[in-house]
Amino acid sequence: MKIGLSLLLFSLLFGQNEQMTVEEIISAMDKNLNAKSRIMKSKMIVKGRRATRTIESRSWVVGIDQAFTEYLSPPREAGTKMLKLDDKLWTYSPQTDRVIQISGHMLRQSVMGSDMSYNDMMEDKPLQDLYKATLEGSININGRKHWIMYLEAKVKGLSYPMRRAWIDTEYLLPMKEELYAKSGKLLKTATMEGVKKTQGRWFPSRFIYKDELKRNSKGTEWVIEEISFDMNISESRFSKAMLRK
Amino acid sequence: MIKFLSKGLMRDRTRSFFPLLVIAITVALVVFGSGFIRGLFNSMLLDNAIILTGHEKIVTRAYNEENQLMPNDLCLLDSDELIKKLEIEYPEFFWTPRIIFAGLLDVPDKNSETKTQGPVIAMGIDFFSEDSRQVEIWELEKNIIEGSLPAFKDDAIISSKLADQLDVSIGEKVTFIGSTMDNAFTTYNFDVVGTFNLRKGQTDKQMMLVDISGARNALDMNNAASAIFGFYHDLYYDDKESVNLRTSFNATYSDSSDIFSPIMLALRDGNQMGTMVDLVNAISAIMGGIFLVVVMVVLWNMGLMNGLRRYGEVGLRLAIGEPKGHVYRSLITEALIIGFVGTIIGTGIGIALTYYVQENGIDYTKGIEALSNSSMIMPNIFYAQVTPDLFYIGFFPGVLATVLGTMLAGVAVYKREMAQLFKDLET
Repeated sequence: MKIGLSLLLFSLLFGQNEQMTVEEIISAMDKNLNAKSRIMKSKMIVKGRRATRTIESRSWVVGIDQAFTEYLSPPREAGTKMLKLDDKLWTYSPQTDRVIQISGHMLRQSVMGSDMSYNDMMEDKPLQDLYKATLEGSININGRKHWIMYLEAKVKGLSYPMRRAWIDTEYLLPMKEELYAKSGKLLKTATMEGVKKTQGRWFPSRFIYKDELKRNSKGTEWVIEEISFDMNISESRFSKAMLRK
Repeated sequence: MIKFLSKGLMRDRTRSFFPLLVIAITVALVVFGSGFIRGLFNSMLLDNAIILTGHEKIVTRAYNEENQLMPNDLCLLDSDELIKKLEIEYPEFFWTPRIIFAGLLDVPDKNSETKTQGPVIAMGIDFFSEDSRQVEIWELEKNIIEGSLPAFKDDAIISSKLADQLDVSIGEKVTFIGSTMDNAFTTYNFDVVGTFNLRKGQTDKQMMLVDISGARNALDMNNAASAIFGFYHDLYYDDKESVNLRTSFNATYSDSSDIFSPIMLALRDGNQMGTMVDLVNAISAIMGGIFLVVVMVVLWNMGLMNGLRRYGEVGLRLAIGEPKGHVYRSLITEALIIGFVGTIIGTGIGIALTYYVQENGIDYTKGIEALSNSSMIMPNIFYAQVTPDLFYIGFFPGVLATVLGTMLAGVAVYKREMAQLFKDLET
């Protein structure tokens, strides 16, 4: 009923995009952000309290269950690899020559000192499978119309049981998100910048994450340098044996 | 006169031996009791100092704000240079770097897969420097249960409780999983070369000790330290001096506008340690005071009894013409001699006993293990402490109380009537 009223309101305000249902909006967002597969080179700029570090990596991702990342720099991180299969995550470090499964509370730890946790990296299922959405209104940001959408978890055990997204009505991407704990406490904010049409979809070239629980956090930039969608990736890429190679 | 009285005392053992014995034993008890109380409380403070606070501790201002989180991204940089400077400016302390870090300890099986995993609190301490006293103050040679002390930078010793929990044996490789000083994920292999039991209750339940060089490699903390600890050379904490030093250091070197500038904390500035220091000082003073008063009353009473016991002798001496003043003075001089000699003997025995317990301690392991189930650091072995005041504290009861007792009893000499003397002697 609430969603229906919201949609009725929005249909009066906007054009064709505005006539989309909440489900259609989320589905469109998922289509933009997820792909059958993707290969990308990215760099993470971690702004610490003392210094800024840049960590470069290359990733191979198939669907939502398989991901392999190899860190390229700085020298201490170079050669470190991570493999995600379903809900499991392994890491390999050449220093120790050990493959270690990351589990339990370690999944809440930051990735390479950034404002992103391993859980952030792993919880990339389509939003429509995880959340029930409600449109709260609209707003103009930098001259562009955005819907404000409130998402509430419909499955248990998510890192962020509530989130609020500001969705660009043209790009159909959540340009800004606030991620909340069950108690309603703001845990993180994420923004997107540099949206470009890439292989028929709108995709951002820069994400900025900020852990709101870290005092004095200056945030982490994640810059996508190269990205290709729907490429063929060999199944062997996602084997534990690849971690040591 | 003194020679004459001394000879008398030596020849008449009933007059000297028993009082001397009582004074010597009582003084020995006072000296040992004081030394033991001080040593006991200093042991409690020292245990906290060794593990948590040092007698003095230097960290960055920002680290101090968040010290519960062990924020090594806020550590002290160029720590070796700072230590050299401290050694020159504050030579009454020895200074040592410390890295405190936490994470998971992963034990691999024969296929290098995780066999067991558990949380660990690790400390990087200076094992290898030529003048390092860390092995001594942690009493590691005594506390090693199995294996040996670290000999190489990647060697680690873990508590026997943690070893049991993770099923680790000597010679196995374990992987530390945690964060570098840049908060980056890190894994680092350490070789377990020994297990230890600090005998401080549950304090070492999840503890691993490594050399500071290994910790620096693991956490990418080249020439950095979480903190620099300072200890008095004799390991005896002087609160007043420490607080003065802290105040003067901070006034000179700490900049309140710079979160990375160093700040010195005295032992009492640690969590609830100020209350503990005050409590220790108060209890120590009260217990010592009560003990001293009781002993003084006992010895005073002994002086009085001696005076009364010699009622007949004093009467005879007065009857044959010895002046009252002379009798009185000779009694006091005798008391002085007995008190002095007894105190010296008692002090000697007391200090010897205190020194023995200082070096060997009294082991209360079983009782403390059963009692302590929290994070409170409790010593399992209680040590006494020989302090300068032990050399003179025995003179208060030993000499002063005995002489005062005799003086009071001796007043009776002046009350003796010449006419009554022979009547008194008849009885």
